[in-house]
Amino acid sequence: MYRSHVLVCGGTGCTSSGSTKIIDTLQAEIIKNGLKEEVSVVQTGCHGLCAQGPIVIIYPEATFYAMVTNEDVPEIVSEHLLKGRIVNRLLYKEMITEDGIKSLNETDFYKRQHRIALRNCGVINPENIDEYIGTNGYEALGKVLTEFTPDQVIQSILDSGLRGRGGGGFPTGLKWKLAKGNDADQKYVCCNADEGDPGAFMDRSVLEGDPHVVLEAMAIAGYAIGASMGYIYIRAEYPIAVDRLEIAIGQAREYGLLGKNIFGTDFSFDIELRLGAGAFVCGEETALMTSIEGNRGEPRPRPPFPAQKGLFEKPTILNNVETYANIPQIILNGPEWFAAMGTEKSKGTKVFALGGKINNTGLVEIPMGTPLREVINDIGGGIPNGKKFKAAQTGGPSGGCIPAEHFDIPIDYDNLISIGSMMGSGGLIVMDEDNCMVDIAKFFLEFTVDESCGKCTPCRIGTKRLHEILDKITNGQGTMEDLQKLEDLCYYIKENALCGLGQTAPNPVLSTLRYFKDEYLAHVVDRKCPSGVCKALLSYIIEADKCKGCTLCARICPTGAIQGKVKEIHLIDQSKCIKCGACMEKCKFGAISKK
Amino acid sequence: MKSLEELKAIREKMQGQIGIRNESSEQTRVIVGMATCGIASGARPVLTALSDAVQNKGLTNVAVIQTGCIGLCQFEPIVEVLEPGKDKVTYVKMTPEKALEVIDQHLIHGQAIKKYTITEVLG
Repeated sequence: MYRSHVLVCGGTGCTSSGSTKIIDTLQAEIIKNGLKEEVSVVQTGCHGLCAQGPIVIIYPEATFYAMVTNEDVPEIVSEHLLKGRIVNRLLYKEMITEDGIKSLNETDFYKRQHRIALRNCGVINPENIDEYIGTNGYEALGKVLTEFTPDQVIQSILDSGLRGRGGGGFPTGLKWKLAKGNDADQKYVCCNADEGDPGAFMDRSVLEGDPHVVLEAMAIAGYAIGASMGYIYIRAEYPIAVDRLEIAIGQAREYGLLGKNIFGTDFSFDIELRLGAGAFVCGEETALMTSIEGNRGEPRPRPPFPAQKGLFEKPTILNNVETYANIPQIILNGPEWFAAMGTEKSKGTKVFALGGKINNTGLVEIPMGTPLREVINDIGGGIPNGKKFKAAQTGGPSGGCIPAEHFDIPIDYDNLISIGSMMGSGGLIVMDEDNCMVDIAKFFLEFTVDESCGKCTPCRIGTKRLHEILDKITNGQGTMEDLQKLEDLCYYIKENALCGLGQTAPNPVLSTLRYFKDEYLAHVVDRKCPSGVCKALLSYIIEADKCKGCTLCARICPTGAIQGKVKEIHLIDQSKCIKCGACMEKCKFGAISKK
Repeated sequence: MKSLEELKAIREKMQGQIGIRNESSEQTRVIVGMATCGIASGARPVLTALSDAVQNKGLTNVAVIQTGCIGLCQFEPIVEVLEPGKDKVTYVKMTPEKALEVIDQHLIHGQAIKKYTITEVLG
């Protein structure tokens, strides 16, 4: 028995800022202070507040230490663990109030969150099945195997209103019902852990922090549709998640929670991992299954849908990690409990990965219907340096942007679609006044051009042409005709591409055209980039009254574009300038500006 | 895992231990003075005895917390029990044995042990 638990975040964010070393030092210091029998050090998954990492939480006091360094560890052990004195200087600043220290759950970042999918992340040791069982793990599986018929399981999921968290928002229960209805000697349950959107890390965090929840939910799904085999398709770029899943599968097999005759019933189920090489298109369901089969990951037309002919031509269900993470809680608490949260057509909660121009970069889980403003200003802590909010990008390269005029929109599936964006898997990238929206569209198109599998022409060639037009516009060579062409081509690709990737690839262009047409026009008509991002449209100018003629800029300039003698006003030859900005950075008098 | 009972046994064993990571404001807090004075007069065995007993008995709404010097060094080891909505009870000159009595009579059965409290000892 330990009187105190020291939880150290072992998610990818905190690991990369040195949490593994902190654990080693903690253990060494604890032994040195003779506390080995009293204090346990636990490596957990992500706490969500990645911006404040590495994070160390000490229970039972629930003290939250942020940005801990290896050098801080001896002090934590000798002060807090040995003498019970909290190390104030390391506390998460938000927790310190005039009246003392408030609880973590009371801070702005955590108090508005509602954690279902992330309930165990940062709380349990993901490499210890007993800790998962201690938080009611595998109880839902036991319950359905002994008390529910497969139809009752499906009915519960249908009643809960759970929709696919991977982005599409298809009702999960309906997917299961269709697969159950197709008879076959073998069926499969697949998990899509091929999270590929730039800036999205929800699924990774669930797998790193609570891998057993996915195994349990897949077994429940197997029972519901009559499958005995499951595959988790996970990208090889998630090494920590892969390790923890392998450990979890091993432990579940040892306990007989995977394998033959689970809980002494005649239900048998096993799970294997399949590692993806990181192709974005493999997150598309038909491509993913083709890849599991051992073929090149390319999509195929639907129908037939996976529920009829999926993996190895057998009826298959494919759900996303976060979708699965909700299942055991729905079984244990009842579908009514789940359906009571959220909006009319979007029930429950959604996990978002906050990134971009926002103070609290990290992972949050909020009830559906929470206004965007609350997510960004209250939970996310607003935009750094007092800049103005311009737009938020949801759904990654398949989604669109939400402009400031929709800042109060309650986030749910249907609202986002109505304004031309989409829920996506949950990446939320915040942009401020310094972001050029044409450049953002170009960034996403560059990504889709790279990731297009090349099987169908609209996507292979269409996205390339879109990218070329955007490139032309950001280089200041666009015409009004190009803008029209851009829009027409977008609709053409949407209607004709083979799979979801191609059909949604033009969305970033369409949505920026819809809300930021003025920025496109500024690039085309005025040959200006209002945000000062597009290099070709910028010019660096020396202000005559501020220039002292020190010659520093002329010496720095890599292309010799700056002319001028000592103590005379210098001039930039615009035809030679490559807009590297080196002169502006070096000028001691602030005489150089960009326009 | 051949039965639900096996799962339940693991769950109950673990719940006491993971209960330490509870963050509810409804919790009863048992505070042990662990400054130099407390440690010198034997607060550490008291603390571990309390912590073990709380976890063994699965008292998930009780947190055993250490604190610094309470200010009555000659009465250490001191244990304070703070139940939500009730007055603080301060036990003095504790031993692991007395601590277990506190767990049993005070925390489980709701009866403070008067003879160990500071008001009784001070007279």
